[in-house]
Amino acid sequence: MIAVVESIGRRTLAAFSALGHAAFFFMDLLRHVPGALRRFSLVIAQMHAIGYNSLVIITASGVAVGCVLALQMYYALVPYGASESLGLVVNLSLVRELGPVVTALLFAGRAGTALTAEIGLMKAGEQLSAMELMAVDPRSRVLAPRFLAGILSMPILAILYSAVGILGAWLVAVKLIGVDPGNFWSIMQARVDVFRDVGNGIVKSAVFGVICTAVALYQGYETQATPEGVAYATTRTVVFSSLSVLAMDFILTAWMFSTP
Amino acid sequence: MNSETFIDIDHVTFGYDASRTILRDVSMRFARGKVTAILGGSGCGKTTLLRLIGGVYRPQQGKVTFDGELVDPRNRERLYAIRRRLGMLFQFGALFTDLSVFDNVAFPLREHMALSESMIRDIVLMKLQAVGLRGAAQLRISEVSGGMARRIALARAIALDPEVIMYDEPFAGLDPISMGVTANLIRRLNDATGATSLVVSHDVKECFEIADYAYLMAAGGRVVAGGRPEELADSDDPEVRQFIRGEPDGPVRFHYPAMPIAQALGVPQ
Repeated sequence: MIAVVESIGRRTLAAFSALGHAAFFFMDLLRHVPGALRRFSLVIAQMHAIGYNSLVIITASGVAVGCVLALQMYYALVPYGASESLGLVVNLSLVRELGPVVTALLFAGRAGTALTAEIGLMKAGEQLSAMELMAVDPRSRVLAPRFLAGILSMPILAILYSAVGILGAWLVAVKLIGVDPGNFWSIMQARVDVFRDVGNGIVKSAVFGVICTAVALYQGYETQATPEGVAYATTRTVVFSSLSVLAMDFILTAWMFSTP
Repeated sequence: MNSETFIDIDHVTFGYDASRTILRDVSMRFARGKVTAILGGSGCGKTTLLRLIGGVYRPQQGKVTFDGELVDPRNRERLYAIRRRLGMLFQFGALFTDLSVFDNVAFPLREHMALSESMIRDIVLMKLQAVGLRGAAQLRISEVSGGMARRIALARAIALDPEVIMYDEPFAGLDPISMGVTANLIRRLNDATGATSLVVSHDVKECFEIADYAYLMAAGGRVVAGGRPEELADSDDPEVRQFIRGEPDGPVRFHYPAMPIAQALGVPQ
């Protein structure tokens, strides 16, 4: 019995210790952001690496989800004679929820793992130690530009995701099913609020950008400098990022859309 | 402290955790402008020693001084000022794989000096010329061999004309030609720049050819002997003799401690 209590206590302490360590890392990262802003060319280069390379998967996924969403919503709305609301339902689903959340999950899988592996391999190859011994702080030279690039890239990718998703929905709804195009677009213009719906979606994706990039960088920076360590760290990046995004999405949705 | 001493390791004890001591009461002095070799088998704490000098770790006991100044990782500003006077060649180069050969050598210049790109170009080409790789300036790191990577890393280490250059296993994994080239470069660079050079290695022959002074370390992070290469070569100390001559058995046992073989195999005594 005592052994069980001891084990629970030890695990709890270890979890809190890890959480504290991650919190210190995050604060340290924030402290180096102003330095990265002063060397914005490094941020742009990382935005290219992180954002541009995620374009294909984001676009393909956005179109596919938009098409499926339009089809599913059409089947669900027709029995109630509400098929004219299709454009609105698809739009709100994408800009409020699916755009930010699915983009973040894809980002964690594509760019997050790439970041973790890159930083982990830099550590394993002593590149970070070399930088340290050259009196160059890797946190300001390597981590902070990537952190900022991730935060800036995520909303852009989420907007793109929602935009191509809506186009995919239009393709299915208007071109294949025959929903009235004027109805499809006009209800969006009438009922979608730029600040409440689109704006909150962008804020969400920026928050997810902070979470996904910080988790990826932390896992890479703290990884064991071995091939197994890097492989394990990339897996943890996807798991921790995804769970954190889903939990934070619930909190943000409850806060942003609590009033009808 | 002797006025000729540039780096002083004074009764340093260090371990990565409380249960495992890597260096035990180590004292060494590195003379200004000389090439000093630190020899020893794998795992005896040679690389850790370089990292203590670079302020990556803090000794548990004792102190490290650099040109009379205490190396203290807690004082980041002073530590970085010391590191700007240091150049280090890592065992496998530690080149930045996302940059070209040219950009690797230019990296410390761009980070620390407010120089125009044309001036950086001139300096980088001169450093690459010194290691014989000016023609490889535009190659990617993935396109260079291990020996070339070591020389590029050397060009990067000397980009800021450091007062101290630390070499971590510069000969490991090199073919005989690359090994000779690297050894020759270390000596020539030291003589040309007047830098203080620390060479950590287990290659006795190469080190003895270029070093002015050598320390021998042994398992457990002890300093076994120190002296000029010829003095160590003539030493009667069994531990020194075993290492210098590469004898398989001696004070350093061939067999890892274990129960007698007969007992392990269950053979009746």
